[in-house]
Amino acid sequence: MMDTDNRPFAIRQYAPAQLREALKRMYLIRRFEEGAEDSYTRGMIHGTMHLSIGQEGSAMATCMELTDDDKITSTHRGHGHCIAKGADVGRMFAEFFGKETGYCHGRGGSMHIADVKTGNLGANGIVGGGLPIAVGAALSAKRLGKSDVTVCFFGDGANNEGAFHESLNIASVWKLPVIFVCENNGYGMSTSTARSTAVPHIAQRAAAYSMPGTTVDGNDFSAVSEALHIAIARARAGEGPSLVENLTYRWRGHSKSDRNRYRTKEEIEAWMAKDPIARFRAELIAHGILDEAGADAIAAEAVADVQKGIEFAKASAAPDLSEVTRYVYAEAAL
Amino acid sequence: MNVQSNPVTSDDTSARVLSYAEAIREAMAIAMQADPTVILMGEDIGVYGGAFQVTLDLIDRFGPDRVMDTPISELGGAGVAVGAALTGLKPIFEFQFSDFAMLAMEQIVNQAAKLRYMLGGEAAVPVVFRMPSGSGTGAAAQHSQSIEAWFGHVPGLKVLQPSTPEDAKGMLLAALADPDPVMIFEHKLLYKTRGHVPEGSYLTPIGKALVRRAGSDLTIVAGSIMLHRALEAAEKLAVDGINVEVIDLRSIRPIDRETILTSVRKTGKLLVVYEGVKAYGVGAEISAMVAESDAFDYLDAPILRLGAADAPVPYNPDLERASVPQVDTIEAAARRLARREV
Ligand SMILES: Cc1ncc(C[n+]2csc(CCOP(=O)(O)OP(=O)(O)O)c2C)c(N)n1
Ligand SMILES: [Mg+2]
Repeated sequence: MMDTDNRPFAIRQYAPAQLREALKRMYLIRRFEEGAEDSYTRGMIHGTMHLSIGQEGSAMATCMELTDDDKITSTHRGHGHCIAKGADVGRMFAEFFGKETGYCHGRGGSMHIADVKTGNLGANGIVGGGLPIAVGAALSAKRLGKSDVTVCFFGDGANNEGAFHESLNIASVWKLPVIFVCENNGYGMSTSTARSTAVPHIAQRAAAYSMPGTTVDGNDFSAVSEALHIAIARARAGEGPSLVENLTYRWRGHSKSDRNRYRTKEEIEAWMAKDPIARFRAELIAHGILDEAGADAIAAEAVADVQKGIEFAKASAAPDLSEVTRYVYAEAAL
Repeated sequence: MNVQSNPVTSDDTSARVLSYAEAIREAMAIAMQADPTVILMGEDIGVYGGAFQVTLDLIDRFGPDRVMDTPISELGGAGVAVGAALTGLKPIFEFQFSDFAMLAMEQIVNQAAKLRYMLGGEAAVPVVFRMPSGSGTGAAAQHSQSIEAWFGHVPGLKVLQPSTPEDAKGMLLAALADPDPVMIFEHKLLYKTRGHVPEGSYLTPIGKALVRRAGSDLTIVAGSIMLHRALEAAEKLAVDGINVEVIDLRSIRPIDRETILTSVRKTGKLLVVYEGVKAYGVGAEISAMVAESDAFDYLDAPILRLGAADAPVPYNPDLERASVPQVDTIEAAARRLARREV
């Protein structure tokens, strides 16, 4: 049968309500991170944080088909993954503000944000730290006879860690249901992939581990969701892992200490013109999924959710100082 | 080898006797039989049976899906075990030699030990790392270390050191029953030592030291193979009327403060014997623990430590032997301490 439907994959594949929810979550990521940045400037958040503004399409499209039973491992740049996987921004803000109501009861902060109930096994402060863990989660699913898959997010910088190579190899020899998603934003801190990585496309490294490797425009929601759709189907069918490389860009600096001395204003502006949210929104409108007013309403909802989240976090209690060693070990059953 | 005539259990001939390695294997088999989520991972643990033959034949009983040969990939393999533990399996990961855990330090220390805390108690990592350890095999600097104290420094881990076949089995079963990551340092020279091992499933309590020999003149705290050497030294000292209390440390983290302090209050003298490098080791922790407590007031001599020389483990057998505490050096140190010649 000839497929005569020329619309983008995502428009064909997902119900309008799902697409609207995806747009909402992308706005939520953007507004959440702006809210976090603002709160940081006001001194309500300490430490540092790594913003993914500009990469929202990659996070959301990658998680599009995942259920709460499917797992992800995330990275230091993990706010978007957490929200895309279904987390509540109020509990995320509470975590960033160090509150007991936060996802990690104030023990983790931005760099360890997690929501185990929605399948997010956590951001990681160690570059490459989540890779073997994701393979282990996939091993659990296989051994326990579940159809869950694990998506392993990591950056271009992580692909030069030994953990990347060991993890892809093990996942491949054991045919595990894991999808390695490299968010290639061009840099590991200040070091460009050209200066750090011996292959032009990280997806080429899949060949060394006998798995499919695909490079896609990470700001194109539909392209990413299609690549993941294929990789997830392969994983669920027991055929093994895949590597997907989402080409994207972070608009902000690496972290709070970045003075942006390694890239040009022109480069940043060129990528800002490829805003994944604006692009997805225009695509949904062009295909009649919503109209301008509908899109504006979704954007406004995200603003309101973030505002509510900040209020919740502010009103929450801090952990009791006497509980500094709580959660190191399991608590004795009462 | 001193340990061939194991003074802890040698009089136990009527009872069922197994080697330390057999006891560990029996624990794994019992756990795998009872709980389908228990899996074994490690290098050459399948048909080869592991470098020390501890997992021998388990692949025949439980199949390659549960007795998994990993690639030579310590970071990846240990990390896969951590991820599997986080999501519903109970992996027992064997490092071929404990020395190779250094390639996996990231996953043990940054991930396994901290995940529960970082996630505010919302996650558990019930993984067990088996760590063949110690000198005396002529394998030199990179295959002979005793690095258990390193992990004693890491909140979130539990660190055990069985000295007998009975404890080797009971500790492994206890580790599997524990919801947190546990590292078990098995001494390579103990694998073939034999002793009484109870049938069936039983748990050796984690964090409990044991007085293996009661005495009144001085206390020796030692674990693993050093326990056997300390017991042998104690027998020799008894001939001269020096009555030594010997405590089997068993658990480095958590450490059994009460058993140690109670003994020191009784004897007033403390010698700590361990195979790790003396500096910054188990002995420093125990000495400080006593010095910071009321037991300090009961001391009537300085605390002594015997540990490994400040050098990598040497190859030459005489050098190797000289580099770690032996029965004669323990005996000599205890004698000096008993006479307050320190
Ligand atoms: C093992 C390790 N090495 C170095 C760092 C410091 N560091 C944190 S993020 C980062 C860059 C990572 O780059 P990439 O993987 O591309 O992720 P991105 O920041 O671009 O999202 C570095 C060097 C670290 N946290 N962990
Ligand atoms: Mg990068």
